Amino acid sequence: MTDSILVDVKGLKFSRSGREIFSGVDLRVQRGKITAIMGPSGTGKTTLLKLIGGQLTPEAGQVHIAGQDVHRLSRKALFRMRRCMGMLFQSGALFSDLSVFENVAFPLRVHTDLPESMIRDLVLIKLQAVGLRGARHLMPAELSGGMTRRVALARAIALDPDLIMYDEPFVGQDPISMGVLVQLIRNLNQALNMTAIVVSHDIKETLTIADYVYVISDGKVMAHGTPQSLNAEADPRVSQFVHGKPDGPVPFHYPAANFYDDILAGRGQQR
Amino acid sequence: MINRIVALGRVSLDALEALGRSAIFLVQAFIGIPRAEGFRLWLQQMHFVGVLSLPIILVSGLFIGMVIALQGYVVLVGFGADEALGQMVALSLLRELAPVVTALLFAGRAGSALTAEIGLMKATEQLTSMEMIGVDPMRRVVAPRLWAGFVSLPVLTVFFSVVGIYGGYLVGVDWLGVYAGSFWSNMQSSVNFVNDILNGMVKSVIFGLVVTWIAVFQGYDLVPTSEGISRATTRTVVYGSLAVLGLDFVLTALMFGEFG
Amino acid sequence: MKRSKWIEGGVGLFVLAGFLGLVFLGLQVSGLTPSRADQTFTLYANFSNIGGLKARSKVTMAGVTVGRITSIELDPKWYEGRVTMQIDEDLEGKLSQDTTAAILTSGLLGEQYIGLSTGGDPETLKDGDTIRDTQQALVLEELIQQFVSSMGKD
Repeated sequence: MTDSILVDVKGLKFSRSGREIFSGVDLRVQRGKITAIMGPSGTGKTTLLKLIGGQLTPEAGQVHIAGQDVHRLSRKALFRMRRCMGMLFQSGALFSDLSVFENVAFPLRVHTDLPESMIRDLVLIKLQAVGLRGARHLMPAELSGGMTRRVALARAIALDPDLIMYDEPFVGQDPISMGVLVQLIRNLNQALNMTAIVVSHDIKETLTIADYVYVISDGKVMAHGTPQSLNAEADPRVSQFVHGKPDGPVPFHYPAANFYDDILAGRGQQR
Repeated sequence: MINRIVALGRVSLDALEALGRSAIFLVQAFIGIPRAEGFRLWLQQMHFVGVLSLPIILVSGLFIGMVIALQGYVVLVGFGADEALGQMVALSLLRELAPVVTALLFAGRAGSALTAEIGLMKATEQLTSMEMIGVDPMRRVVAPRLWAGFVSLPVLTVFFSVVGIYGGYLVGVDWLGVYAGSFWSNMQSSVNFVNDILNGMVKSVIFGLVVTWIAVFQGYDLVPTSEGISRATTRTVVYGSLAVLGLDFVLTALMFGEFG
Repeated sequence: MKRSKWIEGGVGLFVLAGFLGLVFLGLQVSGLTPSRADQTFTLYANFSNIGGLKARSKVTMAGVTVGRITSIELDPKWYEGRVTMQIDEDLEGKLSQDTTAAILTSGLLGEQYIGLSTGGDPETLKDGDTIRDTQQALVLEELIQQFVSSMGKD
């Protein structure tokens, strides 16, 4: 059973500038499955990915990837481990001084000693997979948002990683490129058997591709289960989030005094 | 009152912490001495930081040399010592103006650009993604820039001096009619290679290190928002210029103090 | 690929021109002649007053620079300023024993330097010799004092 778990997060605690972001998060990512982490914006989902990737160090708790404690590794070992990880950033994070081709070739050039012709073949394969082989000569500034993210995806899978992390892959995409991305993530998972962690708050798209879902709120895992079980979840907080209702246990209003009292108080001052 | 003392303490501690962070940063960046492909990155940065700064350095050097010659002539001719114009132009350029003005222009032109560039890379998560790919941004982004600034400022200072002396020659000899032979021979007899030229070079090497260090550190350490980038760019120019002027006093006192 | 060639060429030119600039500064501005440094011989001279003479001041002969002063110290035996000079090798064995050394001033306010003028003695100065016949620096205050006292006598 433990063998099938690639990422194991235990009792993770983290706070930034005095504000507690995670107060004991436990989650497990199964090998070869797509695990989604969802939650309202501002719950530190991106921070969680950085903790898993070893860029931030938690105050308490551990992150094990394939049995290794990420935060106990030496810097060198950590960089070696990251070769087996890909990450798709929200902004794409393409290197703005390199062309599309060179961006995708970057991890290959850094980590392998392959001859130029083989690098070219590999890059073209990856670009073909995201449908942008024809755009290889463009610079990142010439790409649209959706294309940027697809190139970034090609770069993230250049080394055929075991684990790929998607940070808000659907944010700010038009319906067509959203559909393209959903299909790409699913294909990569099925064809290459890549384990994936998707961080998102786009419920509909995420639920269609995820095998298992964690919902995070207030620094804790609020609910977890398969998409079907979450849809049927009775907890009002979960159902509010999953079904996208504007008001509920997560209130529409920022905490404030009673509206009526506030209005009257203002009048009193005016006079 | 107590609150103010506490605030003062906090500010001092923050400043000390930033200083410590930047020192660690400098050591890390310098250890990241380029490998074979690092040379190519360094070359690119040399182009960006050095070659592209040439026009502003050449133009300002020429004008500053011309102005010194004009001003100096007016003063010297009063003593009947206009023959000493060459030595005045050369000494003021080599000892002070070339290293200092070049470093100030460098902080404005190349330093701010470095800060903005690295800051933008940080804001668009390029540095983070580089780290996730398993490449140390210190080595890949910071080290080549630091080395390029460190090397190119002394070279630019040489350009500044040469062009400035030529500007002084144009005004002094061609326009004001100082005898060319005494212009050069007075210069040669009073300028000493080690004490004037090499000391000026030592200054500019130190300025190059400090200005580039400030620039890349500000870029690396900034708050990754557009406001943060603009603030860090301003800080680079302000801190860089202040550091150059302050260090110049210290270095001058050390180098030429014996004549004081 | 073409772009990177441009960059490499540009940087190469940049650094090369920088070196040439440094050479220009060395030769044309500071009058440095690389060959002169090691081809010199040493002479000493004692002066009762060296005035404003400094190390690195020039040594001339008939107005032509033929060497540099390397150091100045006090001779504890005679309480005189002992000046060490490096003179061009060409002149070794050509300066007579009774060569005189005088401290001169270039212009009214200019720097001070040593002027050599040779005599008629067939014996010549060799490396490490001391010039006996010297003329001390003109000190402006002493000149004025002499002038004032001679005025008083009249």
